[in-house]
Amino acid sequence: MRNPLSRTIESIPPSGIRKFFDVVNEIDGAVSLGVGEPDFDTPWHVRDEGIYSLEKGRTFYTSNSGLKELRQEICNFTKRKYDCNYTVSETLVTVGGSEAIDIAFRAMLDEGDEVIIPEPCYVSYRPCAILAGGVPVIIDLKEENRFRLTAQELLQAITDKTKILLLSFPNNPTGAIMERKDLEEIARICIEKDIFVVSDEIYSELTYGKERHVSIASLPGMRERTVVINGFSKAFAMTGWRLGYAMGPENIIKQMTKIHQFAIMCAPTTSQFAAVEALRNGDEDIELMRESYDQRRRYLLSAFEEMGLPCFEPEGAFYMFPSIKRFGMSSDEFAERLLKAEKLAVVPGTAFGTSGEGFLRISYAYSLESLKEAMERLGRFIKTL
Amino acid sequence: MREKILRLIEKNAKLSPKEVAVLLGEDENIVAKEIEAMEKEHVICGYHTMINWNMSPEEKADAIIEVKVAPQRGVGFDRIAERIWQYPEVEGIYLMSGSFDFAIFLQGKSMREVAMFVAEKLSTLDSILSTSTQFVLKKYKDHGVIMEKSEKDERMSIS
Repeated sequence: MRNPLSRTIESIPPSGIRKFFDVVNEIDGAVSLGVGEPDFDTPWHVRDEGIYSLEKGRTFYTSNSGLKELRQEICNFTKRKYDCNYTVSETLVTVGGSEAIDIAFRAMLDEGDEVIIPEPCYVSYRPCAILAGGVPVIIDLKEENRFRLTAQELLQAITDKTKILLLSFPNNPTGAIMERKDLEEIARICIEKDIFVVSDEIYSELTYGKERHVSIASLPGMRERTVVINGFSKAFAMTGWRLGYAMGPENIIKQMTKIHQFAIMCAPTTSQFAAVEALRNGDEDIELMRESYDQRRRYLLSAFEEMGLPCFEPEGAFYMFPSIKRFGMSSDEFAERLLKAEKLAVVPGTAFGTSGEGFLRISYAYSLESLKEAMERLGRFIKTL
Repeated sequence: MREKILRLIEKNAKLSPKEVAVLLGEDENIVAKEIEAMEKEHVICGYHTMINWNMSPEEKADAIIEVKVAPQRGVGFDRIAERIWQYPEVEGIYLMSGSFDFAIFLQGKSMREVAMFVAEKLSTLDSILSTSTQFVLKKYKDHGVIMEKSEKDERMSIS
């Protein structure tokens, strides 16, 4: 029999997160700081709206692009929060931000086009780029730059084949953000070199510095060359609802909608009705959760300091990215030994790219009590090294 | 800052001033002083432990008594309320709008003890016109805390 598999898919290694997940699952009673989703339940009024839509029998397909009402609310939200002006025809509702990443690449890349991906980053960009025929070009971000992308790093990575720059700030796993001044430099280069930007801003509501999230699409000249990806998972604690969206120039969104139409049809209807409620009446929920994450972030920073674990101060998402370089072992080894000795699971930085070597991703999407317990375990472990 | 401190310790009185300071990104001494000041000013009136008495061997009976009273000229309801709150059995007393005047929260060792208190003490007070006793059968949620649920994290351990 011939090999049923495509050479492309076989060439792609499985997710590093997945690999560690299997290791953790074998340990009984492990405490985990490994999740990438909020510990909050979806706010009740949002869940209630989903339930109501089911009671009313709204169990049909929506239009391919998503409920018009929802797309309008997304436009309002994006205007209100980030001062980006989009219309409903420039907005596509997707099955999570993940689908939007995939179809943005498929709509924009031809065989051999290069996609610049700054790492460490979420695990799906590289495989999605490859599956779309693109060639990932990795930039290793540096701790001394607080894991921000610098103009110089970008310039060095650009070739005549570069088509897309992928940005993911606030960042999973580092918690890094890009401020307006950082983005302005990047935008200038993108315009000069005629490069498009796919900007995954799924953590945009979770920033903790003085300056709130800035979308690169809001900078002059960038709207026409940027696809913004966002969603409901992190801001509204709606991971399981699988709902995200993409906003961008109409010609790109139109082709993305074509792929979405053939592959997905439409995002889940119940989720779409619930999301309308989230956008209309959810600002206070976001703020409460954001404040709570911020408190835990401060708690972990102080706990790390006490146990002598160096960590740059993350200003977004809900992850810490402490350095374990001074213990003289690899991230994998540290994480595995920590798991065995203290039954505490964290994700090795290498799951997010080779530049994650020497770091751990520690999620603070946990209650303060759980974090305290985990910090005791981590502190004990470090003392034995 | 007071509001932030209060919001934090309202749900967890066990947090030390140092922990509160870390969580809020404030100075420990300032936080400690604020808490002390609020205690003196009676903004913070006390610290309680949420107990699910159903889970303990000790029997407790809770009741809510709806009370109608004849308010006195000049002093209104306050004097009557003061007379009532003196009883240690009275856990709480609220002045209410609507079809009755006071909601009184009682706790006793048994339903009988609570009923006897209402019959012998409360309803014999001069200004009280009528009482209606409602016993609490089960507390599901109190002060925003769900009593019997032990939250289990159902998320995937790594994602």
